Amino acid sequence: MKKGSLWAWIIFILGSAYFFLPLIATIEFSMRMKRGEYSFEAYRVVFGDERFQATFGYSILIAVLTIIVGVLIVVPTAYWIRLKLPKLRPIVEFITLLPLIIPAIVIVFGYLRMYNSSSWLPFTGSRLGTDFLLTFGYVALALPYMYRAVDTGLRTIDVQTLTEAAQILGAKWPTIIARVILPNVLIAVLSGAFLTFAIVIGEFTMASLLDRPAFGPYLQNIGANRAYEPAALAIIAFFITWGCMAVIQILSRYAPKSASRPN
Amino acid sequence: MGETFLTIENVSKSFGATTVVRNVDIAIEKGEFVSFLGPSGCGKTTTLRMVAGFEGPTTGRIVIDGKDVTNLKPNQRNIGMVFQSYALFPNMTVAQNIAFGLKVAGASSDAITARVKEMLGIIKLREHGGRYPFQLSGGQQQRVALARALAVKPSVLLLDEPLSALDAKIRISLRAEIRAIQRELGITTIYVTHDQEEALSMSDRIVVMNEGRVEQIGTPLEIYNKPSSRFVASFVGTLTVLPAKIVSASKGTLTLDGQPIRAGKPFTGAAGKTVFVALRPEAIAIGKGGANANRLDAKVASVNFLGSIVRVKVRTGAQDISLDMFNQSTTAPPKVGEKVTVNFNPDDLVVLDGPAEG
Repeated sequence: MKKGSLWAWIIFILGSAYFFLPLIATIEFSMRMKRGEYSFEAYRVVFGDERFQATFGYSILIAVLTIIVGVLIVVPTAYWIRLKLPKLRPIVEFITLLPLIIPAIVIVFGYLRMYNSSSWLPFTGSRLGTDFLLTFGYVALALPYMYRAVDTGLRTIDVQTLTEAAQILGAKWPTIIARVILPNVLIAVLSGAFLTFAIVIGEFTMASLLDRPAFGPYLQNIGANRAYEPAALAIIAFFITWGCMAVIQILSRYAPKSASRPN
Repeated sequence: MGETFLTIENVSKSFGATTVVRNVDIAIEKGEFVSFLGPSGCGKTTTLRMVAGFEGPTTGRIVIDGKDVTNLKPNQRNIGMVFQSYALFPNMTVAQNIAFGLKVAGASSDAITARVKEMLGIIKLREHGGRYPFQLSGGQQQRVALARALAVKPSVLLLDEPLSALDAKIRISLRAEIRAIQRELGITTIYVTHDQEEALSMSDRIVVMNEGRVEQIGTPLEIYNKPSSRFVASFVGTLTVLPAKIVSASKGTLTLDGQPIRAGKPFTGAAGKTVFVALRPEAIAIGKGGANANRLDAKVASVNFLGSIVRVKVRTGAQDISLDMFNQSTTAPPKVGEKVTVNFNPDDLVVLDGPAEG
């Protein structure tokens, strides 16, 4: 074995150990709820918990709403910036990066000041209003990922010529976006959607401060009061995220192919 | 002269302070195949895009079939267009691409199926309806783009350098195919190209453009044989452009490097002034020629063998003149340095407009 190759293996093994050991330890711990034997008891308790079902269902619903609102805002914006306002692209990219710079707690305090029950737009005055506020907050949080994914997708197609080809064939803007642009960036949109899903499912700060029954606050609550269930929940959350990543990878294989990018 | 179908009336286009199209006036007949020919940046594509509706003219108007379309959107003009980069929708099959315009127009599914079948037959890709664009060659993709543009039965077909991304052999076969389809359908067509061979071989008329202006409009023969300006003469074909001194414009006589020559017809200009004259390589021959021919004494400067022809460059004093002779086994080409007499018909001498100075 060559010296370089040996070092590569050593680094690979150390890296894998750093990544997998805590994971294995958490899995192992989550399976020791029953004394003296390994079992999935902690998982059974978690899945059987009504609060788990309610909070997980709520977070899935909010995630889906976030994805829908995000797609409706980001796809036409990114498309229009590429087609008509390319000079604005650096500014829009900067704006979409802001949620990475501004902590979620700052955003949510801003929301609470702006949209409290005595403000001109009292979103927090009702449950439904707060749900919408949470959704919009998540749209902002997921913006860096969604915008980049869609913009990267748009970069792979000749937006201007495809738009002109559709226009000259009689198509109007809704048809062009729905039948020509969106299908050609669908995989990119789905990538953005799954990243959004992964973010929303585990988000704690916004949901907790807006007092919504989401999965993130439930995770925190369980973690503070139980021993084995938090480990099981961490593993569940981990596999949900990994599942999302795997779906993105699988979908990217089905990306529309062009003559210049046949494989 | 047929009926005018498409008129570009005094159209100009500026982007900020830059004017890219200047006072273009073109009238195109129904069913005519007109090429816009010129170098990159001459304004031909911008003019085409104004006809399509992708750009609005700064001044002037565009009329199609008696209707002013200047302010209409592209999707309101009933125009078909083929793009240089094919612009097929990657997410749709060949058949779906061809059907797109018909679907948008709300045609019935039976009508769409029949029309798609018909178009696939016209472009000879009957078996390829279910394939995606990436599964086709460049030439096949461009044929699909043509079928897609024609499927909606447009009143005008625009082609923006459709063959420039293809290799030479396919270009030649496709241009014949495009012309045959255009003739069969009798559709008024504007074809943008910078390839003079394409324009000469396909067009009913050619519009030669330079720096946003129309330099000359004419049939391929007129453009090739009677270029109206030095630019047209130098851009279309291989022309030798030479300065000659006017002896008598009314008699059509001049001197070239001190040797007397005659033009086929009188021209304008004061005696003693220098003008540019142009000669095609194929119009000049070695030898004394007929009694009426112009003759020049020259020395062979170079001989280039090009296969079926041999291009000989001869020098008459300060000027180099190119001439083409057929490569025949019975006639040996002259040798470099050999003194020869070359001749050409007075009708083949083109006196170009404008002064030679500057």
